[in-house]
Amino acid sequence: MPDRTTTDGPTINTTRRGFLAASTALVASATAARAATPDPLITEVQEWASGLGDGVDATPYGLPIRFESDVIRRNVSWLTADTISSINFTPIHALDGTITPAGCAFERHHSGAIELSKEDYRLMINGLVDQPLVFTYADLERFPRVTRTYFLECAANTGMEWAGAQLNGAQFTHGMVHNMEYTGVTLRTLLNEAGIKPEAKWLFVEGADASSNGRSLPLDKALDDCMIAFKANGEALRKEHGYPVRLIVPGWEGNLWIKWLRRIEVTDEPVESREETSKYTDTMENGTSRKWTWVMDAKSVVTAPSPQMPITHGHGPLVITGLAWSGRGPVAKVDVSLDGGKNWHEARLAAPGQPMALTRFYFDHDWQGEEMLLQSRVTDSTGYVQPTKTQLRAVRGLNSVYHNNCIQTWWVKPNGEAENVEVS
Amino acid sequence: MSKFLKLALSGAIMVGFGSPVMAEKLGLGRAALPEEIAAWNKDVRPDGTGLPVGSGNVADGEEIFADKCAACHGDFAEGVGNWPKLAGGFDTLNRQDPVKTVGSYWPHLSTTFDYIDRSMPFGDAQSLTTDEVYAIVAYILFSNDLVEDDFVLSNENLAGFEMPNRDGFFVDNRDDTEYAQFSQPACMENCKEDVKITMHATVLDVTPGDPSDGTGAPPGAAGEGGKAAPETAAKVTAETPAPTPETAAADPELVAAGEKVFKKCAACHKVGEGAQNSIGPALNGIIDHPAGALEGFNYSTAMTAAGAGGLVWDAASLDQYLIKPRDLVKGTKMTFAGLKDEGDRAAVIAYLSTFAK
Repeated sequence: MPDRTTTDGPTINTTRRGFLAASTALVASATAARAATPDPLITEVQEWASGLGDGVDATPYGLPIRFESDVIRRNVSWLTADTISSINFTPIHALDGTITPAGCAFERHHSGAIELSKEDYRLMINGLVDQPLVFTYADLERFPRVTRTYFLECAANTGMEWAGAQLNGAQFTHGMVHNMEYTGVTLRTLLNEAGIKPEAKWLFVEGADASSNGRSLPLDKALDDCMIAFKANGEALRKEHGYPVRLIVPGWEGNLWIKWLRRIEVTDEPVESREETSKYTDTMENGTSRKWTWVMDAKSVVTAPSPQMPITHGHGPLVITGLAWSGRGPVAKVDVSLDGGKNWHEARLAAPGQPMALTRFYFDHDWQGEEMLLQSRVTDSTGYVQPTKTQLRAVRGLNSVYHNNCIQTWWVKPNGEAENVEVS
Repeated sequence: MSKFLKLALSGAIMVGFGSPVMAEKLGLGRAALPEEIAAWNKDVRPDGTGLPVGSGNVADGEEIFADKCAACHGDFAEGVGNWPKLAGGFDTLNRQDPVKTVGSYWPHLSTTFDYIDRSMPFGDAQSLTTDEVYAIVAYILFSNDLVEDDFVLSNENLAGFEMPNRDGFFVDNRDDTEYAQFSQPACMENCKEDVKITMHATVLDVTPGDPSDGTGAPPGAAGEGGKAAPETAAKVTAETPAPTPETAAADPELVAAGEKVFKKCAACHKVGEGAQNSIGPALNGIIDHPAGALEGFNYSTAMTAAGAGGLVWDAASLDQYLIKPRDLVKGTKMTFAGLKDEGDRAAVIAYLSTFAK
């Protein structure tokens, strides 16, 4: 990043133009570190140290300061026919820690983000139950409540990279993921209220929007750890994340996390809806396809340095950081390679891994301007080790779209610029 | 230990940390009425469970499809631009970039009925009658060469219809095929002899630039399903000035109402800053603009002719058009049925008037 203390407006380093600006700043800051003349930012009284800032009424609900206006969700416009049935990407390259702020957490809609008020909200439970029920939003707030943190990853995250390195930025290759702290009610509690009949094996869960996105969910999973949420990161869900109520399916693909949840049907068979047959199935080399591939396997990515986050500070201490997660339990460890997977070094976890939640890792490196083929590799609590793309392709071929959890490589050049590459 | 305590303890152990202990029912919510369940419980399963009584034939389906589906899916279900192809693609599933259509990929016909019935048309979901849905599904089968032109689909024969790819799916087997080999101890040192870069993302150059750079659709990029991005996708020109809203003339309440009504149009028409042609033409500056005359949009012959004949979109002509578009311009590609409510039409016209060129 260019030296932000002297930059008024937002800076975006995703383009060649932006990178050039960044490279110039690299030289500048490297010399500034040895400057003999006093820094006017210290020796001169600055405007902010003399005048007054905003009052408490200026921003009843705040957005990030304008200098951060490049840290936003981005769309890849050629990917889908329309922005209404489409997806955008979390700016994971520019975030740290593990909680994703709701305002930049990626969105995926099938018929657009709808406005559904709490007053107009109804949740129905029907099917193989003792008593079909209808709840209002107010009813849901009276059930015993839980608060839990989980990642949500779209099954198509990194899907555009199956056939080859394609998009130059962690936001675009890995940004269909977010991690929030949810508050709500477990499905076990809700379903108990209606009474599940013994022959029940599945749920069909459905949203209130025009796509009426519906998925079949095994009852065992529902009773194990699924919940409905009405709060995320402490506040009401955002419209784009399913306000007022969405489904939480820990560790499983995001398409199952029905937004604007309006109905839970208890059944003995799956529905085989459009979203679980024609989509979200994985076609193998021989043309047959896996279905019901719900679990998101262990995955990690270096978020910085990365193509959108070039090294701009010259040689010496460099923080290499990234995210790791697994749909099958907590992250056990993360290794970082600087040489394309020849040798690995164990990274430091910011906190012990939590089940089905993002884990932040750091690797502190003394960078002397050498080229790096930067990779990260997670091992989860089951002992599963994140595979290479070659390993995945050996099993699944080149026709898959979903569930690409391969090791990512960033080629970091001597000038600090980084590029998405594949390595042997 | 009292019986109650034992129960509470075993409950706590069973559901784990932080979970509420399962207890008696709380008596929350109310019984769902049969009419309410009937209104929402519309999903259809492969064995036909949930199918409503009705039928439709290929000929009717073709007409309805042309009217309500072809704008996105093409007259022959071949798909327009990046919108889904519904027909063809047979024998492509084991090739690179398989073409997944209803005919080549979908294992159950029930899914087609279920999806169209609940979710289509895009932007006007749940507006089709049961017989219309049967007819559309029959036409999609016909467009895939799976039935003859005299075919009639009904709740009697739908579940028994065998789709070509019905045996093409198997349940997730990662447990057998991947988990063992991917759970070997991780190598830490000298894990390979040589490392070479085999592919660069910058060669393709399909990464979006910063927002002001526009959104060119790069040829050769692989999107969802591995399909190439359309080479003809619209390019934002940085020189195009942002439209300036002219809000002075329009009643703000009417404009606000119009913005809501416009949601019915938004699937195909874009307005506002940076609006581009999509399924329908961008509508910035449409008021007092000649019909069928926006550069870069491929109008129907009928619409181009109407414009050449002097049709200009003012409040009166737009109002007339929006009642039932095909009545004013016979042969327009706009498959929208129309806005029956006069107030809705006035509102949406007021809303459109706020967008200058």
